[in-house]
Amino acid sequence: MSAENEPSATETAGPEIDPEEFAALRERVEELEASVVETDTGDDGKKMTIVATQGTFDMAYPPLILASTAAAFGWDVVVFHTFWGLDILHEENSQDLKLSAVGNPNMPLPNAIAALPGMDAMATKMMEKKIDENGTATIEELIDLSLESGVDLQACQMTIELMDYDEDDFYDGVTTGVGAATAIQHMAESDVQLLV
Amino acid sequence: MSSQYDITETLDVKGQSCPMPVVKTKGAVDDLDEGQILEVVATDSGSMSDLAGWAEGTEGVTLLDQVEGDDVYKHYVEKTA
Repeated sequence: MSAENEPSATETAGPEIDPEEFAALRERVEELEASVVETDTGDDGKKMTIVATQGTFDMAYPPLILASTAAAFGWDVVVFHTFWGLDILHEENSQDLKLSAVGNPNMPLPNAIAALPGMDAMATKMMEKKIDENGTATIEELIDLSLESGVDLQACQMTIELMDYDEDDFYDGVTTGVGAATAIQHMAESDVQLLV
Repeated sequence: MSSQYDITETLDVKGQSCPMPVVKTKGAVDDLDEGQILEVVATDSGSMSDLAGWAEGTEGVTLLDQVEGDDVYKHYVEKTA
């Protein structure tokens, strides 16, 4: 209430300014200025772009695990899903991703037997059981986790149309309407770029 | 075993494996105030290396200690900013 010091302020501002309120405002401005400085350094944070091209059960894991972990480091993460990788984000198809029993020499089956009908389903069941026993997250959990942590899961528009998918087929929070140029742009700014 | 730290929260990630201990630790630390300490209790042996790497690469957190017990790994993380 020091009318002596700030006569013009009182004049123009109309109602009197409570000095306590003024001090609180000044403090708040300082806080905000400090947080702007922090935000500026945040812009220099690391970025990662992953291009996910595979749609098998096992290959859905690496991009999602790396993405959610990088987000935990505070990184700005984009996973660009294209071709079969699109199925990871497809709400219905992602529940039904299969492990291929053929072509993996570590499978306890010769390829000739692994190629029989039903073998992929069996291999997938076995893997799902192991994942459950090991306390490893499900694909859906990892997608939720990634989205919650701010990972930008992108579905390639060209592949959406190629596969006759609809934009509504994907998990809520998935970015659609993006193409290679968007991915390249983020890649160019990224510290880490991976093709999975 | 009681801890020498003044723990604000305990995060139980027993039975969960990579990347859950790190990702959930990040989430729990976000809910803390500066100066508060989080205890993370895990059974994943990889959490020893992973949480150390995460804390080193992440701003605003300090890993105070890691204790290996009987099949349990305890981590103490302070939010520093």
